[in-house]
Amino acid sequence: MYEIVYRQEMAQGTVVLNVIKAPKIAAKAQPGQFVIVKANETGERIPLTMADTDPEAGTITIIYQVVGKSTALFKTLQVGDAYQDVLGPLGKPTHIERYAGIVICIGGGTGVAVVHPITRAFKNAGNHVVAIIGARTKDLLILEDKMLDASHELQVCTDDGSYGHHGFVTDVLQQYLNGSRPVSMVVAAGPVPMMKRVAAMTKPHSIPTMVSLNAIMIDGTGMCGGCRVSVDGTNRFTCVDGPEFDGHQVDFDGLMQRLSAYRQQEQQAMELFAHECKLRNLT
Amino acid sequence: MGDKKDRIPRQPMPEQPPEQRRRNFDEVPLGYPPEIAQREAGRCLQCKNPACVSGCPVGIDIPRFIRHIREGDFTKAIATLKEKTALPAVCGRVCPQEVQCEQRCVLAKSGEAVAIGRLERFAADIDRAHGSPLLPELPKPTGKSVGIVGSGPAGLTVAGDLILKGHAVTVYEAFHKAGGVLVYGIPEFRLPKAIVQEEVGYLEKLGVCFELNAVIGRTETVDELLARHDAVFIAVGAGLPTFLGVPGENLIGIYSANEYLTRSNLMKAYLFPQYDTPIVRGTNVVVVGAGNVAMDAARTALRLGAERVTIVYRRSRNEMPARAEEIHHAEEEGIVFELLTAPVRFLGDTAGRVNAVECIRMRLGEPDESGRRRPVPIEGSNFHIETDMVVIAVGAGANPLITSTTPGLAVNKRGYIIVDPQTGKTRKPRVWAGGDIVTGQATVILAMGAGRIAATSIHQYLTLGW
Repeated sequence: MYEIVYRQEMAQGTVVLNVIKAPKIAAKAQPGQFVIVKANETGERIPLTMADTDPEAGTITIIYQVVGKSTALFKTLQVGDAYQDVLGPLGKPTHIERYAGIVICIGGGTGVAVVHPITRAFKNAGNHVVAIIGARTKDLLILEDKMLDASHELQVCTDDGSYGHHGFVTDVLQQYLNGSRPVSMVVAAGPVPMMKRVAAMTKPHSIPTMVSLNAIMIDGTGMCGGCRVSVDGTNRFTCVDGPEFDGHQVDFDGLMQRLSAYRQQEQQAMELFAHECKLRNLT
Repeated sequence: MGDKKDRIPRQPMPEQPPEQRRRNFDEVPLGYPPEIAQREAGRCLQCKNPACVSGCPVGIDIPRFIRHIREGDFTKAIATLKEKTALPAVCGRVCPQEVQCEQRCVLAKSGEAVAIGRLERFAADIDRAHGSPLLPELPKPTGKSVGIVGSGPAGLTVAGDLILKGHAVTVYEAFHKAGGVLVYGIPEFRLPKAIVQEEVGYLEKLGVCFELNAVIGRTETVDELLARHDAVFIAVGAGLPTFLGVPGENLIGIYSANEYLTRSNLMKAYLFPQYDTPIVRGTNVVVVGAGNVAMDAARTALRLGAERVTIVYRRSRNEMPARAEEIHHAEEEGIVFELLTAPVRFLGDTAGRVNAVECIRMRLGEPDESGRRRPVPIEGSNFHIETDMVVIAVGAGANPLITSTTPGLAVNKRGYIIVDPQTGKTRKPRVWAGGDIVTGQATVILAMGAGRIAATSIHQYLTLGW
């Protein structure tokens, strides 16, 4: 069992942060790696990139958006409760090095949680790091203070203009691409259309662009192939070959299609769960 | 020997009728009742030099356990089995006895072999029904400790053998349940998961520790295990799916057999939405391949509500690698076989869901390296099979997670670990390996046989130092 030692609701309760006791994982985890989390006996295995780790305290931090039955179930877990299973650290760590030009780390929605440790690692490696984070609206923005610490320049965007720059993270990226400072590396995590757009924008400039993918997985060890994604025309497994890939080579449309595989079942499970919760509250 | 007419025939095992079982996940064969088991045991000639034993990869004293059943002493029967196998309920169900012990039975020459597998299952089931299974006496602890990577049949065998020798044993399993392929791969209707849990529970009672959610190669490395164990045994299976590499293979509804079976078996997606893991329930299902795994996938699809399940196989019936009994069960349940047929591409709708497989007819040409006649495409014979779900079951490869993170471990060109077949020793000191990660995808009992060999060698190393 993996106990929750700290819990925080963010973005009006649509996003939840959990600090979980998992000493072996905390000791090994590096930026870019993920865990697979399962709440209980009947639960689903959900991959989540670690937003932070504390090897001394033996804890890892996960941040998830409540989008379906499994994450709604996660949300019911309070401090002192435990996840039945946490597996990791999985995937390849982010390749971190010192670049001549600036490094831009882009996070959209809960993707901010994914880029946070990567941003910090690039900064710690001596890079000049620009962070661009965005959300639909001000109240849904997460980790602004953490990203401020992890970067040299922080740009905040909201789709509705309620806070920071009015527009998408890609609008701000465009300004940097048009600017005078050379850009050595771009990292992006967030909704697939956002990552696709970022990659399309950096490609003409030949700026290396890493994207962190969130494919559907089961085992996370390269055994099932469910997370396969076409990269430069070759099938790669997100769990062991990724989760980060060269954004200029990823078949984003194929990824998006595969992410929709269980939409109908997800809806069915969610409705049943909401109904059960309602019954429980009534009695 | 009695008159031929008086001879007792091989006793059939009661089964769920095909019409009923093709829609449920309950076990297909129902097991022998005691009187039938005793009648079948009575057929054994109790040979002085029993050929059957030499056909058993773990060397069970077959005539002795059968004699105990015949005499009604079921406790002694199970004790005899447990001298050599920690997993009798599993082996009685999934071993290919027809090419092992039963093939060598003297009676097989003149008719039908003694149903050794069914009798093994009978003895194990009686023992389990007992509630408190027979526990052998344990020797004094040796103070030595062994780490086992993987809790499939090879790992469980080594665990069972070494705990009985007094060594401390920890089994590391990447999944959240112990059992390996017995849990994620083999379906409920062929091997009820409660049985695997009980066999694992039996090892726990003997003192084996199971550490779940431990991905060796990631959570910890083999070298870290070597720092706290005297020896390490690697038995992680052949956990790398094979795809066909034809266009359209990433369409929604196309699964590797590993994914399809893991969803259904380990994650219990067949019980969705009581269990949270979803699975595509196909109406017209195509399974590519004709091994045991393909049969398991096809029969699972049927139980998940498919109206038609078609096995597509590029060679002919004679080359099908599945056990005869599995093919027979699949046919009884109405699985359709498209033999000498190979997929050339998958077609999908606008949402990216598979809706057809384009196939080509094959003919058999000259024998290839495997000795089987090579399938050759017949030009212009392309045709479509409509489908809404496909399972690719054409074998598995070596998962590199361990081998790529363990310096000093030698692998062959296909990525499998190189061992001394006499001992299971790898090229890395204090590390042994066995099962599918050494041989490539094979059977449960072969993995157990490899485990037995390695356990003997590990015990020798721990006690004698070589």
